[in-house]
Amino acid sequence: MDKDALMPYVGVITEITRETPDVKTFRVLGKDGKKLFIHEPGQCAMLSAPGYGEAMISITSSPTEDYMEFSIKNAGKLTGWLHSVEVGQQVAVRGPYGKSFPVDTDLKGKDLLFIAGGIGLAPLHSVINYCRAKRSDYGKIKIVYGSRSANDLVDYKELQEWANEPSMDVNLTIDRPQEGWDGNVGFVPTYVKELNPELSYTVIICGPPIMIKFTLQGLKELGFKDTQVYTTMEMRMKCGVGKCGRCNIGDKYVCKDGPVFRFDELGELPNEY
Amino acid sequence: MQSEIIKRTVELFNSEEIVRAIGWRKGDFDYDLNPSIFKSSEDLEKNFVYNDFSSANLSKFLIKISQKEDGKTLVFLKSCDTYSFNSLLQEHRISRDKIYIIGVPCEENLDPSKIKAALGEDVLSMSCDGETVTVETLDGTKTISKSEVILDRCLACKSRKHVVYDELFGEEGEVLDSKRFDQVEILENMKPEERYSFWRTELSRCIGCNACRDICPACTCEKCVFDNRDSGVENKVATNDFEENMFHIIRAFHVAGRCTDCGECSRVCPEDIPLHLLNRKFIKDINEFYGNYQAGDDIETLAPLTRFDAVDVEPSIVKTRENVK
Amino acid sequence: MLTLNASQLDEFFALIEKKRELYLPVENKTGKSEYKRWVEGDKYSTALRTVKSAKNFFFAKSENLYDLKMDHKNVEVIDTREDIKEFVIFGVRGCDVKSFDILDNVYLQDPVDTYYKNRRDHGLVISMACSKPATTCFCALFDIDATSPNGDIQAWNVEDKFYFNPLTEKGDAFVEEFKECFTDEDSKPVEKQKEETLNIIERLPFVNLNMEGFGVEDKLKAIFDRPEWEDLSSTCIGCGTCTYVCPTCQCFDIKDFNVGDGSIKRFRCWDSCMYSDFTQMAAANPRLTQTARFRQRFMHKLVYYPIKNEGIYGCVGCGRCLVSCPVQMNIVKVIKAMGDN
Ligand SMILES: Cc1cc2nc3c(=O)[nH]c(=O)nc-3n(C[C@H](O)[C@H](O)[C@H](O)COP(=O)(O)OP(=O)(O)OC[C@H]3O[C@@H](n4cnc5c(N)ncnc54)[C@H](O)[C@@H]3O)c2cc1C
Ligand code: SF4
Ligand code: SF4
Ligand code: SF4
Ligand code: SF4
Ligand code: SF4
Ligand code: FES
Repeated sequence: MDKDALMPYVGVITEITRETPDVKTFRVLGKDGKKLFIHEPGQCAMLSAPGYGEAMISITSSPTEDYMEFSIKNAGKLTGWLHSVEVGQQVAVRGPYGKSFPVDTDLKGKDLLFIAGGIGLAPLHSVINYCRAKRSDYGKIKIVYGSRSANDLVDYKELQEWANEPSMDVNLTIDRPQEGWDGNVGFVPTYVKELNPELSYTVIICGPPIMIKFTLQGLKELGFKDTQVYTTMEMRMKCGVGKCGRCNIGDKYVCKDGPVFRFDELGELPNEY
Repeated sequence: MQSEIIKRTVELFNSEEIVRAIGWRKGDFDYDLNPSIFKSSEDLEKNFVYNDFSSANLSKFLIKISQKEDGKTLVFLKSCDTYSFNSLLQEHRISRDKIYIIGVPCEENLDPSKIKAALGEDVLSMSCDGETVTVETLDGTKTISKSEVILDRCLACKSRKHVVYDELFGEEGEVLDSKRFDQVEILENMKPEERYSFWRTELSRCIGCNACRDICPACTCEKCVFDNRDSGVENKVATNDFEENMFHIIRAFHVAGRCTDCGECSRVCPEDIPLHLLNRKFIKDINEFYGNYQAGDDIETLAPLTRFDAVDVEPSIVKTRENVK
Repeated sequence: MLTLNASQLDEFFALIEKKRELYLPVENKTGKSEYKRWVEGDKYSTALRTVKSAKNFFFAKSENLYDLKMDHKNVEVIDTREDIKEFVIFGVRGCDVKSFDILDNVYLQDPVDTYYKNRRDHGLVISMACSKPATTCFCALFDIDATSPNGDIQAWNVEDKFYFNPLTEKGDAFVEEFKECFTDEDSKPVEKQKEETLNIIERLPFVNLNMEGFGVEDKLKAIFDRPEWEDLSSTCIGCGTCTYVCPTCQCFDIKDFNVGDGSIKRFRCWDSCMYSDFTQMAAANPRLTQTARFRQRFMHKLVYYPIKNEGIYGCVGCGRCLVSCPVQMNIVKVIKAMGDN
């Protein structure tokens, strides 16, 4: 019998990096040292461990890397367990799931504006690094990233790296003033409006629903259209392959028809997310 | 009776004594009445039905309404339903001052599935006049004697007495000698293997819906243990059917001493599992060990399992059980 | 048409059971009928409907997906799928047969669900035409002909005779294999029964409901926002009975079960959009009220599913939710309230 889509591969955690007090990044490879499967930027994988259940996690690493990484927030049973394990631990992984960002079609040649809040940087990370790897395929790249505090900014080291690249414009913000922080202070939606990006940008946004809502409002006031903005959505998921019904909104299954959506597509769905 | 009830309720609406009523709403057939909220006297006049199929016990719906909504709600309660109402009151799940009770007389409810089983499923309407039930089918008019199609729980009706009401239609009723423990005795007299196999067979039909729990007026926890994912149960089908069967046994423990024997669990079970027999076994045991107790009889008497007496039978329970055949 | 006398039915069953597993509706101790593996002495029940639908044969109430083991840092995934035996389901009504198509659209679409497909491939469906539909039946509303059900082999029971007509290759092979059981006879009695039954179906109360506006994209939001959802759902107790008895409800949960000997069963089981935890996430739940959950069930069947599946509704009109809902709320009442009926 063919392998079922619900049946996982076994991977090994080869590296663990603490990003923030409750987020760690896990590098996972197959037992043979190779990647478990090929993915596209924006896709996810279902991680699990015996007895701890499964959880859908975005693949943070770019497909251009020869490893796969996941940035995971400690939120419950499985993610809590993951935060307690050490390098060498094996995990079960199935995927890749979902539609990716249209990096090789609609986004190609465009100026890109990435807006992220908190753990929302995880799925965008993959796209950003993909674009970096194929830098000449894209126009300007601007990043706006915010979090509760400086300690909650995921991937701070790499953010510095991005900021140092002349072809990328990185803008960080935190919610409240903090000692030792000389960057911007304020919520992401306000910051985006202040930065007043040109309309040539195609926007990719990910973060808490409330942040997305207000940022989108601001972008619209600046003249951006729904068809210019992409996001990735979160719904409870179990199967990841459009069968269990869990992530169904309107006539879409977020796991299969998403999680990446253009905003005009979302507008057609009932307001249930 | 229905028109009298409607008349009185319309008066209460008009005098602004009540702002809504919870009752039985007309369906597509005589028998598919939907427990429902009536927000106006017009709606009530048009759609309220009180007939032989007004079986749904409306007391549990009052929890949500009396917690969330303002103003007085009228509720129609049959005698058995009033016991559930008292229990909810005793457990502080509903506010008495926000509720107006009309006690409605009950002449035993009929069981639509018994009628269909006897006369065919092509039923268009059913009505009862005295001892005869007349049924219109696609195949013409048919009749059956009422005694053959009475709802099981009504066959063992424990009381025609309304233990609480603001207003009562019909005569004050009496507590009945229901013989409702006879069936429990049959089970008690079985050999353990027989009893085990009886319950395994009955429960093997369970589809793991939660109708029995969710309809139960004694099951009112904000979060049921079986919905607690940390317990690993999450009230869904398990891999193992014994695990599933355990749900019913544990639930029976949870409502022990609180179950008024309203019969809703068995009535709504799509698989006709006689869940009431489990609960009745507990009622019978409690009666024997702690003295007769009827949950919902009044709101003062503490339930036997929530108080302690020096003469309580704890140690002897074990002894008694050892002597059981 | 191929025929078999009712008196030879048990012989026929015994023959089938020699080579495959045979399941059919049998009366249970409550007097209702349920599908059961046939054993000598079981009588085929001609009752119209089983309480549980036939979906369990393909989309199991609970099934193990695979086993898992964890030994220190090592994880092992053990494929527990087995080659199952060929089986026959006898006596499936037209509505339930149609429900298999509805499930197929989900489970056989890419990526194919191998657990489901495995059973689908090994199962042979012998349907049974209805001659005495219930007043709660409304399959005709969804273009199902109860007098001529689909399946690998369609069958009729007229008086003390059974008539069979294979519809698929699998069905052809089956009647060929068991050809010594059948006689070839005139099919006039079948035609007569069909005519009589169609006559009854026309008079059923719900077969002409107005489905206008359901299942089309441009009405999706309008129906979603209708105020009636609130009242219709006001006493829904969220028990999920409607979804469990429904032949087309297809949702499942995946969970781990610790067997206790170090091995974990990762299994899936039926789940219901009527349950409060269905969409519960760490920080949010998009469907916080029972009204929202109730709406999901009916929107899915009447609007979302048909939009995704070329206009086919996610209901087959079997009437089970009409019979089983503890508060007597059901899809007909919803169609009547939402459509222009
Ligand atoms: C497409 C997608 C991409 C995602 N990407 C990422 C990512 O890149 N990084 C990341 O960290 N997270 C991501 N998530 C979120 C992640 O899937 C969840 O945080 C994860 O499933 C939590 O799993 P767990 O087993 O640790 O927690 P669980 O123990 O399953 O529960 C998490 C929390 O949810 C609540 N909960 C869950 N089920 C129930 C229930 N039945 N009843 C009540 N409450 C319940 C609990 O409050 C609990 O604290 C993503 C989710 C989706 C859908
Ligand atoms: S109502 Fe019946 S079928 Fe449903 S869970 Fe209870 S016993 Fe099982
Ligand atoms: S509609 Fe009826 S069967 Fe379905 S969940 Fe609500 S109360 Fe239960
Ligand atoms: S929704 Fe009701 S009538 Fe329709 S298929 Fe499901 S159970 Fe049958
Ligand atoms: S979403 Fe609800 S109605 Fe649709 S298949 Fe799943 S359980 Fe059934
Ligand atoms: S819904 Fe149609 S096919 Fe199903 S039992 Fe009724 S008449 Fe037969
Ligand atoms: S997660 Fe199962 S359908 Fe989307």
